[in-house]
Amino acid sequence: METILKSKNSLFRSDATQKLMAFAGLIALFVVFSIASPNFFQFSNIIGILLATAVNGILALGATFVIITAGIDLSVGTVMTLSAVMTGVFITVMGLPVYVGVLGGLTTGALAGFINGSIISRMKIPPFVATLGMLYIAKGLSLVISGLKPVYFNDTPSFKEIAMGSILGKIIPGFEVPNAVLILFGAAFIAHLILNKTVLGRYTYAIGSNEEATRLSGVNVTFWKTAIYALAGSFAGLGGVMIAARLNSAQPALGAGYELDAIAAVVIGGTSLSGGEGTILGTIIGAFIISVLTNGLRILSVPQEWQIVVTGTIVILAVYADILRRRQ
Amino acid sequence: MKTKFVAVILGVLIVAMMLAGCSGNTSDETYIAVISKGFQHQFWQAVQAGAEKAAVDYEVTITFEGPETEAMVDKQVEMVQAALDKNPAALCLAALDTQALLPLLERAQEEGIPVVGFDSGVDSDIPVSTAATDNLAAAALAADKMAELIGDAGQVAVIVHDQTSRTGIDRRDGFVNQMESKHPNIEIVDIQYGEGDHLKSTELAKAIIQAHPDLKGFFGANEGSIIGVLNAVSELDKVGDIVVIGYDSGQQQMDAILSGAEAGAITQDPIGIGYKCVEAAVKALNGEDLPKMIDTGFHWYDKSNIDDDTIAALLYK
Repeated sequence: METILKSKNSLFRSDATQKLMAFAGLIALFVVFSIASPNFFQFSNIIGILLATAVNGILALGATFVIITAGIDLSVGTVMTLSAVMTGVFITVMGLPVYVGVLGGLTTGALAGFINGSIISRMKIPPFVATLGMLYIAKGLSLVISGLKPVYFNDTPSFKEIAMGSILGKIIPGFEVPNAVLILFGAAFIAHLILNKTVLGRYTYAIGSNEEATRLSGVNVTFWKTAIYALAGSFAGLGGVMIAARLNSAQPALGAGYELDAIAAVVIGGTSLSGGEGTILGTIIGAFIISVLTNGLRILSVPQEWQIVVTGTIVILAVYADILRRRQ
Repeated sequence: MKTKFVAVILGVLIVAMMLAGCSGNTSDETYIAVISKGFQHQFWQAVQAGAEKAAVDYEVTITFEGPETEAMVDKQVEMVQAALDKNPAALCLAALDTQALLPLLERAQEEGIPVVGFDSGVDSDIPVSTAATDNLAAAALAADKMAELIGDAGQVAVIVHDQTSRTGIDRRDGFVNQMESKHPNIEIVDIQYGEGDHLKSTELAKAIIQAHPDLKGFFGANEGSIIGVLNAVSELDKVGDIVVIGYDSGQQQMDAILSGAEAGAITQDPIGIGYKCVEAAVKALNGEDLPKMIDTGFHWYDKSNIDDDTIAALLYK
């Protein structure tokens, strides 16, 4: 246990370097796009970028925990969709109050994550396979429960306000930052506290550094792993509520491929897929790098097919920079 | 180390900006943003070609974008958002979900940016006009051709891409209603939905053919659906026994028509859809009155006219 804690301490320093690098990259992107197009550094466009990061950023928060344990969660995208559909069922179909629907959406995500964690830690099925199964199950259930049709929130205008309203705009007139952005930062702050100030966070790093050593030092790895996946699932649930509020509808066919965007954000942010290492701040910066890049290339009218090539290149370069740093 | 990383990012961006330069969005010409429901499918490529032709003819600049799949409603929302931030003169839009886009459509209206719908259009009062195929009439023509080819009696089946999109509903209803009202001796034994997926449509069509050995005709309501029907007919050795009628074009379908495996198909005018939506946007900017609906037309084609100039221009490979 002592060695684990010691290695964690040395990791903090290298994490700081990685964060700084990723942050410098983000600033560089901002500067370049601002010079390249007068339409980029506009209030409405910056808000657009923040808003576009909200869902992917929240999914990436959960993915960070899982990836630090050296696991993977491929189901975050479709669990997000299932949570969105369930929120729609609770609010629109069953007519329950909005806050109950939101809690229902979060619970749906947590439940899916709990099942993932149980399959992985009790049935000893590798995370890749277990969450791949959940990807399909959640996708199928979304289609079944919704009857293949989007669920709209037209009768409950307050639901949309969760993402698209602006509490800040009411306090400071003209400063219309959508709530979705505040929720992203709030969720990131909570994730940061959990990862750095709680037992769950400590064991997340410990399991990722050396699962066997953690088990031998008396930690109930089965329990904590399940808890970590359930936490990741809750973030996917929150992502589901956010995307439903953003679109004013739960779209049942959406969500495939979103897990890859979330994993990309985590990896660009310096979290290692081999586990034991990673920060929430890094993940948030990673998520912003993806959104700024997508938005900036769009504003510059770069052909769409090339936008995808550039994003892929950035993912590889970010990880390569990380490897170079480790070699030093 | 840090500087190296930043340098690499800058390098990538410089290349990106050179690409942006190639797309020619640097002049002072009127800029019209076109946002479709997809971009890699052949059909959308043809719509893009038409939009670009109109851009040249009317001396405007356009960008053409669409999400990777028709499920990605949120990605389309972000595309419209970024497009509006570029201060376009007009917006051409084929909405995936009008509800989800409503705040942005209202923003466009507030900023005085005219919106022109195309293809499945925008389900609201905001668009000044919509350029689209009359799918009900087009599918009715497919039904008439089917009746003619099977002797106005017998069993037929249909594979549609989905039961929720406007095009799916209209093509199914256009075909079914025409059969019921004009060809009472023809029985539609089954209608199945294959999501436009080639493989899924193949399995569905095979099951239908096996369940109905006397089937005389099969209608596939989009490119993916008809490829599935053609696969099923050839795998079950029924080529020539079942009259197959399709929709849209694509190399595989055109080969089937030339070989006789498929009797013929309805083609929309994807190039016309792209052309007329940009044209309508230009007219709206000039303050001209526009009809609410612009019918972009459709045509029957088979072995006999597939190489005619008027038809060949509408077909994409």
